[in-house]
Amino acid sequence: MKKNRLIVRTAILAILIAAIGYTFYINFFKKDEVIAVNDNAINFEIKDINTKKTYTLSDQKGKGVVINFWGSWCDPCKHEMPFINKVYQEYKDRGIQILALNANESPFVVSKFVSDYGLTFPVGIDKDQNILDLYGVGPLPTTFFVSPNGKIKRIKIGEMTEESFREYVKEILPN
Amino acid sequence: MENFKCECGHMNPIGTVICESCGKPQDDNSNLLDMKYEGTARRSIVKNKTIIDKIWNFFSSVKIAIVIILITLIASALGTILPQRDLLPPTANPDTFYKDTYGVFGQIYDWLGLDNTFQSWWFMLLISSIGVSLVICSLDRIIPLYRALKNQRVTRHTNFLKRQRLFKISSTKNEEEQLNLVKNRLEKKKYKVREENGNLLAEKGRFSRWGPYVNHIGLIIFLFGVLLRYVPGMYMDKAMWVQEGQTKEVPGSNGSYYVQLHKFIFETYDVKTENKIFRKSIERVGNDRIPKNYQANVTLYKRVGNPIPGEDPKLKKVKDYSIKVNEPLQFNGISLYQVDYRLNEMTAFSFDLMNKKTGELFGPIKVDLSNPKAIYQIKPGYKVELKSYFPDFYFNKAGEPDTRTKNPNNPAFVFKMTTPETPQGEVAFVAIRQNIEPNGQNKYKMAFAGLETKNSTGLSVNKDYTLWVLSIGGAIFMIGLIQGMYWYHRRIWIQRQNDEIWVAGFTNKNYYGFKQELKKIFNDTDILMPEDQVLDKKSINTGGEHVSN
Repeated sequence: MKKNRLIVRTAILAILIAAIGYTFYINFFKKDEVIAVNDNAINFEIKDINTKKTYTLSDQKGKGVVINFWGSWCDPCKHEMPFINKVYQEYKDRGIQILALNANESPFVVSKFVSDYGLTFPVGIDKDQNILDLYGVGPLPTTFFVSPNGKIKRIKIGEMTEESFREYVKEILPN
Repeated sequence: MENFKCECGHMNPIGTVICESCGKPQDDNSNLLDMKYEGTARRSIVKNKTIIDKIWNFFSSVKIAIVIILITLIASALGTILPQRDLLPPTANPDTFYKDTYGVFGQIYDWLGLDNTFQSWWFMLLISSIGVSLVICSLDRIIPLYRALKNQRVTRHTNFLKRQRLFKISSTKNEEEQLNLVKNRLEKKKYKVREENGNLLAEKGRFSRWGPYVNHIGLIIFLFGVLLRYVPGMYMDKAMWVQEGQTKEVPGSNGSYYVQLHKFIFETYDVKTENKIFRKSIERVGNDRIPKNYQANVTLYKRVGNPIPGEDPKLKKVKDYSIKVNEPLQFNGISLYQVDYRLNEMTAFSFDLMNKKTGELFGPIKVDLSNPKAIYQIKPGYKVELKSYFPDFYFNKAGEPDTRTKNPNNPAFVFKMTTPETPQGEVAFVAIRQNIEPNGQNKYKMAFAGLETKNSTGLSVNKDYTLWVLSIGGAIFMIGLIQGMYWYHRRIWIQRQNDEIWVAGFTNKNYYGFKQELKKIFNDTDILMPEDQVLDKKSINTGGEHVSN
């Protein structure tokens, strides 16, 4: 009788604690990020604004891929572009691909930006910011570094420096 | 040892106030009995304590429950003094808002974390504690109470009778006849009468005693429904904006549904078109000032196939619908409600190429603000090139024209105009009410020729599979409340002691009504109406007090 009571009490308390624990976990500990480091990068495709060529992420297997989300009104994005372009030139023959996704601006603005900055890597328009939402991007710029095996190696929110960017690119260089 | 023995021989759990079997009060005074929980021991009063028992005991205390509820009340009240962080105006900077707006008080408020009361871990902990306390308090009391009422004996200890609020001793010659009379009357009043050795126990409305527990079950189900919201897929509350002509993905539908807005309609009450009897009411606010209708005419599409994100989806029309306030578009568990709107958003500017001297106009050209073209050919020899476009124009730190956002809130353009007269081209900077010519005197200018605007609708995207749980919880809550409020548990003990007849009465509420009923029952009999021992002492009318569970 006494033993039973202890078992029943333990069971009831366990159920209550489980329910509360779950709520706390969801509210306070679970990260809101849609994508985390070591996840597989979600596949997408973009059309380069200049060449009209379509790039699909899954076709880049074996390459280290840098996915950069940017907007022409965002000053840190403007600071980054020249050195991203420079580092791309250094590493493009060693298996690094850069895909830049503009946050749903007009083609006129994007092509002008690309030609003003002389960008040599593919730049596409993320229509309605669908891919941006899929990747759970908050502030711009946000850059994802994808390893040759298709897994996300690093997520960098905010502006990078040339040195740090080069380091991150080296992390995803194919062997 | 956790039991003790009553003089009748029954073993009672520790903490028992009134013997479960004979009803003898275990204290030795003559005060009125506290009939709470029928004088049973709460189940948590045990000597041997494990950690589980200790937690259980903590939450089984009504005093603790009251303290938790009070703290929650105070915290909720404090949380409403200043606006919560997530409800600040969009232009405010939350980090400085409290200090700037409310001074030191605001700073303290922010520092204490009261700016985020209702989403904080400690508030959630308080609410969960109330839930735990609700479950444990209820269980701890309803089980012994149920047992006590189910097993109650007709013959009770004389001390039990004496110490009921309504009590009287009478004597009569023909006990049998008088008792039968009373018994019949009690049964007519729908009392359940049990007999044992010539003693009577009449009882009705025991069902009322379960009211608070039914009520608590409702609350627990309600709280469970609130918890369910956090289970993925059960609840969603998102928002989307669509401009006229646009087709947008419905957030939270995993890209499988799209909505296209054809037209957003905003109507007001106009005295000319409304019935004359409304004239006064309308004019009190002002004609054309009272909103009548917010309506979004949309088409719902379903995506066909499974395209890669970024690829243009193939869409199949599902249906046309007019979303109005309280008339949501519903599909696949999702409801789209009309909640917000923006009227007359700039979408295109028209310009004429104008010869400043002659005033001759060429054009017009229409510049789509969300998708401008690079070259506008007017006619052979006459063309306008767009050199730069700033959707939300301002001068940046370097003093150059720049854009603050990508939204066309304040569009500005750099045009290059080429005509047979000016084959080299002339450059002009054109913004709203501005026309700057960097090269001095141009022969031509871009003359503003018109503005195209569109409306947008703000829709909330809702999914809620917890509503039925909340409704059931709420309904049970109400049933419990009604059960406990509108029924009374009334009991009358009539016992023969030698030549005397002892009568005692108990009700969990409304002694006034109980006494009125008893008056009719004992009217014209030899058995005297029981006296109200509280009223006799205090000599005040206490109709509805002394409510006990």
